[in-house]
Amino acid sequence: MQLRHLTGALAAAIAVPAILIGCATAPSDAEVAAKATAMLKASFSERGQAKLDRLAQDDMQKTCSEYTGKVLPRDAAEKIEKANLAAIKWPADGKLLGDWKNGEKIAQEGRGMQYSDDPTGPVGANCYACHQLAPQELSFGTIGPSLYQFGKARGYNDEVRKYAYGKIYNADAYNACTNMPRFGHKGILTEQQIKDVTALLMDPDSPVNK
Amino acid sequence: MRFIRRGALAGAALALALAAPVVLGQGSTVDEIAKYRAALQDGNPAELWEARGADLWRQKRGPKNVSLEQCDLGLGAGVVKGAYAKLPKYFADADRVMDLETRIVWCMVTLQGYAEAEAKKGPFGGPDRKSDMEAYVAYVTSESRGIKMDVSLRHSKEQEAFRLGEKMFYFRGGTHDFACATCHAEDGKRIRLQDLPNLTHTLGAQKAYTTWPAYRVSQGELRTFQWRLNDCFRQQRFPELIFASDASIALTMFLAYNANGAAFDAPAIKR
Repeated sequence: MQLRHLTGALAAAIAVPAILIGCATAPSDAEVAAKATAMLKASFSERGQAKLDRLAQDDMQKTCSEYTGKVLPRDAAEKIEKANLAAIKWPADGKLLGDWKNGEKIAQEGRGMQYSDDPTGPVGANCYACHQLAPQELSFGTIGPSLYQFGKARGYNDEVRKYAYGKIYNADAYNACTNMPRFGHKGILTEQQIKDVTALLMDPDSPVNK
Repeated sequence: MRFIRRGALAGAALALALAAPVVLGQGSTVDEIAKYRAALQDGNPAELWEARGADLWRQKRGPKNVSLEQCDLGLGAGVVKGAYAKLPKYFADADRVMDLETRIVWCMVTLQGYAEAEAKKGPFGGPDRKSDMEAYVAYVTSESRGIKMDVSLRHSKEQEAFRLGEKMFYFRGGTHDFACATCHAEDGKRIRLQDLPNLTHTLGAQKAYTTWPAYRVSQGELRTFQWRLNDCFRQQRFPELIFASDASIALTMFLAYNANGAAFDAPAIKR
């Protein structure tokens, strides 16, 4: 991995001068982590809806920060996936699909949860920032895979519908340390919004499946 | 000044606006954006900030009524040329690592007699208020144009800042679980149509770091690296990154060091 290369080279670059200036030993990773936590708290101020509690990491955030760019051990991945899967709240009415037209609006909407956003204003999922969905939208990002023909390619059945809903609700339940936000788990989208985005992926009439 | 080429800018913007909604292959949209970016290079209003900053730098200001001309940016009092290419660095007089903005604040306090809070006020300009800090930064950075980035990790505090910055880069938090690395640790990725630099690679870090500060056409302002970090964290859904805070300096150290070896090429111009 190229990232490791860089880190290795840097470690070497750091180690040599440290000896030259008589530094006893370089601080351990745990010491740096403790300092980083203190630094973080002193370096941010709450603004609008973004309070300082957003800097408090849960287990997933903590583990995944540590392993970005490295291989996540299998047991750590399983632990994250199990805990996040258990935390998914499935719709009480058993319906997983809403209105794909609303889903498209939510997929386009980039506002929500930033300190610059109106807390009473719209909150979207901004799916197009990272994914291709409906082929009419040319302005899509590539951090996530293309979701064009998501339902058509996988089959319009209960299992795939459930996977789509669960993935939007909490992507770490299926793929520990994914880049994708946990839209239901973190209260970004409402249940109805998640149903609408699920419909965008799974409704045979959705432009995603045309 | 070269920048009076508004016609070219407006024409390119119009071309972009017309091209975007047209249903063609995405390739042609990307091509149009590339053309727009190329057209932007024709003239850069950042020159206005550079000129204003150079003028302010020499003006007698503050409670002590002195200029910043004797400010030591790391190469000795009064040396501006090439200073930015070696920042952030450890300063013995302050016994800490400082980036450019933090050092300018230091000079405003120690030389000109400003209170620290006063020196840190309003670092980012808006439509109704110009920022002196952005002008200072434009001037000082312009004096490193063409000079190779050469940030040192010789001092233990420089090493510590680098490692803390690296930790910050990978720190996932907030409502969306985002870290800097979410968008900036892989090659060839985009948000919508915007290319994302991979800042964990030498080439990616060099390309990104050496082109800040930049005049942002969409905002009509010159934006500093402190601003760039501040706005990234806003989009990450984090609370607000405090101007000239330790985390901002550490992260700057991580990115600047990764950009070593490349010629500094800013103030630049961006969409």
